[in-house]
Amino acid sequence: MSALARTFKYLTLVAACLVTVVPIAVIVLGSFKGHQEFLTSGPLDLPTGFDLENYVTAFTKGKMAQGFVNTTIILVLSLVGTIVIGSMTAYAIDRFEFRGRGVVLALFLLATLVPAVTTQVATFQVVNQLGLFNTRWAAIVLFMGTDIVSIYIFVQFMRSIPRELDEAATLDGANRLTIFYRIIFPLLKPAIATVVIIKGIAIYNEFYVPFLYMPSQDLGVISTSLFRFKGPFSADWEVICAGVVVVLLPTLIGFLLLQRYIYNGLTAGATK
Amino acid sequence: MANTSPTLMRTLKTRRLRRETRDARVAGRGRRSGLRLTPYLFLLAPIALLVTFTYIPVVNMFYYSFTSWDGLDKTKDWVGFDNYVEVFTRPELFRVFYVSLYYFAASFLQIALALYFATVLSFRTRFRNFFKGMIFFPYLINGVAIGLIFIYFFKPGGTLDSLLAAFDLESLQQQWLGNPDIVNVSLASTSVWRYTGLNFVLFLGAIQSIPGQVYEAAELDGANRWHQFRYIIAPGIKPIIGLSFILAIAGSLSVFEIPFVMTAGANGSMTFVIQTVNMAFKFSKFGLASAMAVVLLAIVLVVTWIQRRVVPDEKVDLS
Repeated sequence: MSALARTFKYLTLVAACLVTVVPIAVIVLGSFKGHQEFLTSGPLDLPTGFDLENYVTAFTKGKMAQGFVNTTIILVLSLVGTIVIGSMTAYAIDRFEFRGRGVVLALFLLATLVPAVTTQVATFQVVNQLGLFNTRWAAIVLFMGTDIVSIYIFVQFMRSIPRELDEAATLDGANRLTIFYRIIFPLLKPAIATVVIIKGIAIYNEFYVPFLYMPSQDLGVISTSLFRFKGPFSADWEVICAGVVVVLLPTLIGFLLLQRYIYNGLTAGATK
Repeated sequence: MANTSPTLMRTLKTRRLRRETRDARVAGRGRRSGLRLTPYLFLLAPIALLVTFTYIPVVNMFYYSFTSWDGLDKTKDWVGFDNYVEVFTRPELFRVFYVSLYYFAASFLQIALALYFATVLSFRTRFRNFFKGMIFFPYLINGVAIGLIFIYFFKPGGTLDSLLAAFDLESLQQQWLGNPDIVNVSLASTSVWRYTGLNFVLFLGAIQSIPGQVYEAAELDGANRWHQFRYIIAPGIKPIIGLSFILAIAGSLSVFEIPFVMTAGANGSMTFVIQTVNMAFKFSKFGLASAMAVVLLAIVLVVTWIQRRVVPDEKVDLS
């Protein structure tokens, strides 16, 4: 490659890094500034000290601490539910021939075509009638019940587990349930890891569902808690900055630790 | 599904036969009826959830769309196609389609950028993983956080204005989110910032699945980088590029988070989904909102149908 082409290549790559970093970096800078300092300095100016007061405000008055608790509860329960339901569905579909199998397959395939964002108007009524409105269960059942990508991932993976294992266990007198949780389920670990990663990211970042179904102040997840900063803190941008950093940090740490799995998981999930 | 049915049926039959023989084998131990019921027991919870949260809402949505229901009343008055007529004749309701054109146009830029960086990084590059992470990372960030980051970026005296001032370009400073002529450009750029990373990683994965020997052979034949892109990479990843464009259409119609967090649809940045949500939950017009949702669903289904025709999809096979 010519020197010119190489220079161009690295210049564009550095430019891309700047485009990613600068909007975030100014937020980090702002989060360390005091109220007066924030008003008098420009976004690109460095803070005079490392004041953590904005973070304290974000966690207490901004209810970010509560947001993390709610997000964690919803995340754990929905993930467990998704894994149990997804692997059970995949087991039934892949390992059994039964009347109505075609119908079941068609139901799941057809459901992938309906974008959830369009049906919320009517889903809202269902959730409301079940008495789940304004409870954490609304988000949990919706995350659990409308996830077809996970089922795909489990089905794909289950096909690679040899049927001979099931058959050998059957001959040893194991029943279907035993086969499922003693043999199949442990072998699904890689698929479970993929589902945990892509679903985990999606739930951590989800805004629409908690915003619509959990308007109560005490039920804020990190997205909705952060969104509510807009009102009371609109004159205190330094606190909003701290809130944004608080939401970003777990994502950054998770990304640095799990990079390879995240890339693989996304490729597996997106090409479903 | 339908196109595979003859072969599928045959496989099903042979499999059933095999299973029945096996059933007969274990029948002596009295487990036959249990075996028959097992798949249904496994599917009980998943099907219940699927029907409750996908199929019942879809059916109800069609029903609501023909009524003037406000979301609370016990009675729902049948109004025929009135809601649909309203969707297509009230200019301010129809305008949202014009807004989604901005996002659709932006997706071309997004795909082009993703393609460029994926190609560049598929060749040997110093700090490759660092650059890859940098380009991808925005995709992982919480949507509300992105909205707030870019309110700060675009607000008067914010990051963008300061950067312009630093380069003596004060004359370019604008009301980035206040000017109806520009607001959609600002919001669509934010969307490009957020989603380029996903396209990039998918493209990069597709490029890397092309075996290395192909490039080596091409190099021996004297192909330069452009030739390699034009005749090896581009044809190799055509399906995923096609898929990205189709997803871009569906995506630009259902934009929600970025404009909702940043402008709440003000200054001419209203999108279809924000409008539907407002109509239902702010103005209690569930009938009209349902009609709008049905229209959006219909468009998305048509686009998906075109996708299945244009991009032959060998991946989606669940059976």
